[in-house]
Amino acid sequence: MDFTYTETQDMIRDTLARFLGDTYDFETRQKFIASDEGRDPAIWTALAQDLGMLGAAFSEEHGGLGGGALENAIIMEELGKVLGIEPYLPTVVIAGGALKAVGGAQADKFIPEIIAGNVIVAFAYAEPQGRYDLANLRTSAKKDGEGYVLSGHKGVVYAAPWATHLLVTARTSGGQRDRDGVSLFLIDANLPGIVRRDYPTVDGSRASEIYFENVAIPADALLGGEGEGLALIEQVVDEATVAVCAEATGVMQKLHEGTLEYTQQRKQFGIPIAKFQVLQHRMVDMFMEVEQARSMTVMGTLKLDLPADERKAAVSAAKNKVARGANFVGQNAIQTHGGIGITQELAIGHYFKRATMIEGQFGSADYHMERYEALTLGE
Amino acid sequence: MDMEFSPEDLAFQQEVRSFIAENYPEELRGKQDEGEELAKEDFLAWHKILYKKGWVAPAWPVEYGGTGWTPTQRFIFSEETARADCIRLMPFGLAMVGPVIYTFGTPEQKAYFLPRILSGEDWWCQGYSEPGAGSDLASLRTTAVPDGDDYIVNGQKTWTTMAQHADWGFFLVRTDKDAKQQEGISFLLIDMKSPGITVRPIITLGGEHEVNEVWLEDVRVPQSQRVYDENKGWTCAKFLLAHERTGIAGVAASKRGVEKVKAIARTELDGDKPLIQNAFFKRKIAELEIDLTALEFTELRSLAGPNTGRGPGPESSLLKIKGSEIQQRLTELTLEAVGHYGAPYFRGFGEGDNEHPIGPDYAHRAAPTYFNVRKTTIYGGSNEIQRNIIAKMVLGL
Repeated sequence: MDFTYTETQDMIRDTLARFLGDTYDFETRQKFIASDEGRDPAIWTALAQDLGMLGAAFSEEHGGLGGGALENAIIMEELGKVLGIEPYLPTVVIAGGALKAVGGAQADKFIPEIIAGNVIVAFAYAEPQGRYDLANLRTSAKKDGEGYVLSGHKGVVYAAPWATHLLVTARTSGGQRDRDGVSLFLIDANLPGIVRRDYPTVDGSRASEIYFENVAIPADALLGGEGEGLALIEQVVDEATVAVCAEATGVMQKLHEGTLEYTQQRKQFGIPIAKFQVLQHRMVDMFMEVEQARSMTVMGTLKLDLPADERKAAVSAAKNKVARGANFVGQNAIQTHGGIGITQELAIGHYFKRATMIEGQFGSADYHMERYEALTLGE
Repeated sequence: MDMEFSPEDLAFQQEVRSFIAENYPEELRGKQDEGEELAKEDFLAWHKILYKKGWVAPAWPVEYGGTGWTPTQRFIFSEETARADCIRLMPFGLAMVGPVIYTFGTPEQKAYFLPRILSGEDWWCQGYSEPGAGSDLASLRTTAVPDGDDYIVNGQKTWTTMAQHADWGFFLVRTDKDAKQQEGISFLLIDMKSPGITVRPIITLGGEHEVNEVWLEDVRVPQSQRVYDENKGWTCAKFLLAHERTGIAGVAASKRGVEKVKAIARTELDGDKPLIQNAFFKRKIAELEIDLTALEFTELRSLAGPNTGRGPGPESSLLKIKGSEIQQRLTELTLEAVGHYGAPYFRGFGEGDNEHPIGPDYAHRAAPTYFNVRKTTIYGGSNEIQRNIIAKMVLGL
């Protein structure tokens, strides 16, 4: 049992933190999220080519650093600290995770491209009627000769406007909510028949509604077995969920630090408001939530390799706790700032917005509580 | 970073399990299961067995009788003893005054007291709180005035846990009335059989006699029983407060507590289903389990993380706050689970009353325990004081 990071992991964290410190200050970020593109593509290129950061979680044979989920967590936490909108989660954690799991020619083809920064993947899994149920799918992929024809509507696909590829969940057989009959496809984002409606998200990113209008996709776009994709999808979504917990930890840390700093400057009744015990205790409660979010992220990350049911229970425990903590820390950061907290002016409000979106990402606190209960108390 | 046990750790885990299975006293197990009030000998029985094995003070340095275990082994040991529902060893000697003595004591103090703490020969109590000095501990007024080679001690202590059994007590006393509060305090070891000491029971909400008032009237204490310098007792007190991170959160015991509540909720009926299937009750158990997991991994990060060996720090306040809150929620859930049969009250056994209490066994102590465990957020520095400590020491406010 060991809860320390390796030298390489410390190096990854330090290198990334230094780079983001230079390139991703709040004002710069606000500028590029307001641009037409909604991001600065040079940053993604630098993460890949100058820092080798996109390879941290991939094996050495694919050109990576040989890491895994812990490296993903480190990188996501650092991105969280700067409100990073870089598509690391869908590209490396989710698509990369699926490719690592299936291996073979598809992994050999795509992983080096991801590491090089040439490929950005968006994860098209949510549907308007499906809420957090990964198997509730109306999008269908019908066999057509060697390949498939894809039809349906995917909602709120983060990073889709930037994506070169889409990772799509679709039903190849069965009823709308069956566990069987779900398949996973990695396709070119610009195939004929893909219609996108792009928009900004409240937390500074970009997303799309995607309509697949009889899109012909090749047979080798299928990842894993046809109709047997749900287990793989659940696995990568669990990996993504703890990665988001890691991001939340970074976001929550900054919310807490920002509040500490502000209360020491802001004076009322002639003294800094940080002198008031009622606020001190609230900031202690925030600190304890940050620490516990960090602990749950570590717990979830270390349990990703366990058998599916144990993994799911651990991830749901983590997400439930982190979602509750993010809610508490975010709301109290704003409350403690007072009026200035609800303006666009300070970074704090923007951290609050991201924290709020993280609460629901890949399942709300209630959703994960219910999944946890079903797995551990379902008697 | 990993949470795997090495083959050596697994072998150690097996060794601990077997040892408990073969050596834990049957009679004590029976009394615990019945919820009987435990006598001094009951508390000491397991202590003495562990002492004989050399396992009574895992956290102590080897030179003073510690085990030399790794943090992982200590974690395993505390997990296994809690899993097997072994009685908790009294902390006053082993976890409190022992570390103060081996850290600040004279060679003579170490040589005399430490072996007796380990063997269980001396039962210790803690003379800290006073009627007028609770959270504001440094305002204490018990005085020690030099008289030749001795001090003459006068004052009153309160909330003195298990003082009715104690052979020795460690006391904070004022040796300089003119100094700034914290700077005039000394740390004395006092023989509880000294003339002038009176111990009076305080009965708490559950009917237990755990705590006492201790009156000191012209008690003569040799100056050689002062630990560390005169007027430097606060240093020892602070050290003691932050000491012994292992166990402060009570994770292993709370895990066992969750299993007990679940077992009750599987037995109790709610309509035609077990209580555990009631959506609201189930939600409370699940939330408690998740919060306990967060506490567990916070403790593990502090035990086996980068700061291993650095000694305990203010983060132990977090463990205390969250650990005590969880202990209270557990007792509350237990009382809720037993329904009507939380109400019947029993003084306990051994008073000529051989009648079996009313209601299911698991219900007998539910209410008294709930009432009793309100203490955890108050003692050892109330949770509000712990928040002050974090605000000052960690957040720099």
